[in-house]
Amino acid sequence: MSNLTKEESEYLKSKLRRYPNVVETEIVGAEWSEHCSYKSSKRFIRTFPNKGNRIVLGPGNDAGVLDVGDGYVVTVHIESHNHPSAVDPYGGAATGVGGVIRDILSMGSRPIALLNALRFAPPQSQRGDESSSYSRWLLRNVVRGIGEYGNCIGVPTVAGEIEFDPSFGNYCLVDVASLGFCRRESIVRNTAKQGDLIIIVGGATGRDGIRGASFASTVYVRNDRSAVQIPDPFLEKLIIEAILEALKEGTINALKDLGGGGLACCLSEVSDKLGMGFVIDLANLHVKEKGMSAEEIMLSESQERMLIIADNSKMNNIKRIFERYGLRYAIIGKVATHGNLVIKHGGRIVANIPARIVANAPPASRHFKRPLYISRLSGPLKLPPSRDLTKTLLRMLSKPAGSSKEWAYRQYDHEVGARTILRPGEADAAVLRITDRKFISIKLDGNSKHCYIDPYHGTLGCLSESCRNVVCTGANPIGIIDHLQFGSPENPEVFWTFKRAVSAIRNFCKFMKIPVVGGKVSFYNETPNGPIKPSPVIGAIGLIEEKRLIRRPSLKDGDTIFIIGRTKDEIGGSEYLESIHHITGGNVPKLDLVVDKLNRRSVMRLIENDTVSSVHDCSKGGIATALCEMAILGHVGFTVFIDDIPNSCSRIDNLLFSESHSRYLIGTQEPKKVQRILSDVKGLVFFQIGSAYNEKVVFKTKNEIVIDTNLRTLTRNFGGLEHVMSS
Amino acid sequence: MTKVGIVVFPGSNCERDVHYVLNRVLNIPASYVWHNSGRISEYDSVVIPGGFSYGDRLRAGAIAAHSPVVNELQKMAKKGNIILGICNGFQILAECNLLPGALVMNNSLSFVCKWATIEVNSNNSIFTSSLKRKHKIIMPIAHGEGRYVASDRVLTKIARNNQITFKYFKDNPNGSIANIAAVCNDAGNVMGIMPHPERALVNGQSKEAATILQALSIHR
Repeated sequence: MSNLTKEESEYLKSKLRRYPNVVETEIVGAEWSEHCSYKSSKRFIRTFPNKGNRIVLGPGNDAGVLDVGDGYVVTVHIESHNHPSAVDPYGGAATGVGGVIRDILSMGSRPIALLNALRFAPPQSQRGDESSSYSRWLLRNVVRGIGEYGNCIGVPTVAGEIEFDPSFGNYCLVDVASLGFCRRESIVRNTAKQGDLIIIVGGATGRDGIRGASFASTVYVRNDRSAVQIPDPFLEKLIIEAILEALKEGTINALKDLGGGGLACCLSEVSDKLGMGFVIDLANLHVKEKGMSAEEIMLSESQERMLIIADNSKMNNIKRIFERYGLRYAIIGKVATHGNLVIKHGGRIVANIPARIVANAPPASRHFKRPLYISRLSGPLKLPPSRDLTKTLLRMLSKPAGSSKEWAYRQYDHEVGARTILRPGEADAAVLRITDRKFISIKLDGNSKHCYIDPYHGTLGCLSESCRNVVCTGANPIGIIDHLQFGSPENPEVFWTFKRAVSAIRNFCKFMKIPVVGGKVSFYNETPNGPIKPSPVIGAIGLIEEKRLIRRPSLKDGDTIFIIGRTKDEIGGSEYLESIHHITGGNVPKLDLVVDKLNRRSVMRLIENDTVSSVHDCSKGGIATALCEMAILGHVGFTVFIDDIPNSCSRIDNLLFSESHSRYLIGTQEPKKVQRILSDVKGLVFFQIGSAYNEKVVFKTKNEIVIDTNLRTLTRNFGGLEHVMSS
Repeated sequence: MTKVGIVVFPGSNCERDVHYVLNRVLNIPASYVWHNSGRISEYDSVVIPGGFSYGDRLRAGAIAAHSPVVNELQKMAKKGNIILGICNGFQILAECNLLPGALVMNNSLSFVCKWATIEVNSNNSIFTSSLKRKHKIIMPIAHGEGRYVASDRVLTKIARNNQITFKYFKDNPNGSIANIAAVCNDAGNVMGIMPHPERALVNGQSKEAATILQALSIHR
């Protein structure tokens, strides 16, 4: 049972000039799955700008590598585990963490941080539907899976985001990213010569996760538990330490993790990349049970396994290290000069096929068509008049989407590793110490509501937001990672949205001169109810050159508040429209690249001049919720004059809740200095809008008080997710 | 100069943090000691760091408590060497009876990572001798099995002997009996603590956390 299409079978036959046997068909089927081959997306994502002074290795590797100076590099990668998590949220999410950690390890770097971006259907009960209890079950177990795996291996989970939308009903998106750190010269070079040994270390291979890659490459229709893998974080921890030790001793020539597609994909990709053939005997591999067929062994996605290629003379060192950690390993074969993957099973050859053919799937040509719904949704809105805005604001803060995510991040050890400077919930992005002087800032962002209505500007918005988030901590963005998640690429309307997201990333990164260092594409995120909303998730990696630049969003008593950027009538896809008025549609915020860059540079200038005490990005939930977050974090109230906010809004609720991009809120003890610095920037839109003092939270115009509440009420309403999850 | 050994088990994961803070922040020379290397007695003081030794299979610390290193630690404890168990280290010391009581699943049934306020309850141990009673300290916690429990008899005894070194103040994060966050042995040279003093020194300057760790460099 292979998943090759008729055309692909024909193509394979013509390349081989013979019929492939069953094992060969299975190997090729796994490698040519969308999940492993990127056959629909490859030619599009190739167009991303991926060059730059800091890029040591870009996309196409297990992880991207960025030079951070002083002889050090950071490695970064993002993965998702959507299908598995929808079946088994605990195991699916945990093995997702394990997978991305091994990608970081494959580069030769020590994993130092984990991040996640999660998407579920709304968890709070609405009009007696059942999907909310399923959503809570998924969310509870995904968070537990991520937490228990990361906690056990001692890698801190430092940042994340959670979005709720009905399009994720009976499904979920679980994206995990990891950051690694090492000396530049420690990056594995991946070489091999004839006679080198091929070793598999770690978990025994069993009948778990068989055909996981193919499972993830079709529409999610059934609870295929056998396609889900079983996590063992303790084993992963031993592998991390043992491999780093073996690398330090210079015993490893090439290294790769086993992930989607198991041995089939790992062996064919490494063999193709090295340009060397492999002769493997599967009988040598340590397995969980007797009687597994060659196909089962080749396609098993049993977790916590790594492939090592080493010189025969180094085997004693490797053996000593593995035995000290109590790790099982097997020498399964040797490197050969021919380019073939020769797989034996107990001496009998069961597959003999050029790795070049296996590792290079024929590209799939996909049609695209602008979805009809887009024109329908971008029409004018009929919005009821705004009522009590104080009540509205408190409702926004108390929705699971707008409320504190402490319920989730409290379950993650976010401080192990002694590097975490800014913790989850404390700032716009995580900040980690990498050397005694330098710090890395990192954040993931997505917005399926914007991307559904306008995939191009929605994706631009995610890029801008993730960059804004790291800028708010005092960092300069130095790299972007992307994870493009869509429904079936065979659906022309879905594929059109994918192409628009790709254009957005290309244009943004070219204009900003920030390279894409890594990414991933995940298609077939759909259930019988239809595809998910387009959900690109963007990660920005920022570098902080000095400790004094680190900023938090918490307001200080006596701060004068400024806003940078203009607020427009861009209410489409906003939290306000979707969660208060239950309307999908309208004007999605548009990103002006020139303005975005100008505003970002101006904020950096303020930070560098030591003139600001707090900086916060203004995005989901608009100005009103952003200011409240600053107040809650700083334990101080504020009064803001609405008339002073630069805007082109037709209504006051739009002004308070619009999610227009490129806006920053700033708190300062030196308003005159800020005014002077910002006035020097030609074309910059900014204004002094209020100040922070006592406990009261007030938004007023010259005629009336529009929002009137206090810090205690805000804080009490901010625990909405906690409330929903513990009910 | 006192030599501090950091015991490393398979699955320990805070050993690098302790190593960094002792050597780089507090200037106390400390080295890693693999649990079955038979070399821990070459050191004057010992830290058993946090983590998930042996994956915390069975019960937190249960498997590590059967490592050969435990015999050596027992001898050292008797001799008066200073031993500090942090988080998983506390669980291991309790499992091998170097400390009274046991640590079980938090009453919330989930892992909890945050900063907690603890209060000095007894300054009868070497770790707390220079701290004032009732003094409040905020310190990071991160554990799933951190709820300290003991029988009434043991509880009365350790209270009478001033072995309860720290208690959670107001907000008890795990439901431990009598709000206990740390206990020491009878002689006051062995202490187990659930909060992480080393983490309080990464992102700030906790004098009190430094005091606890500096006890390791006291010559006895």
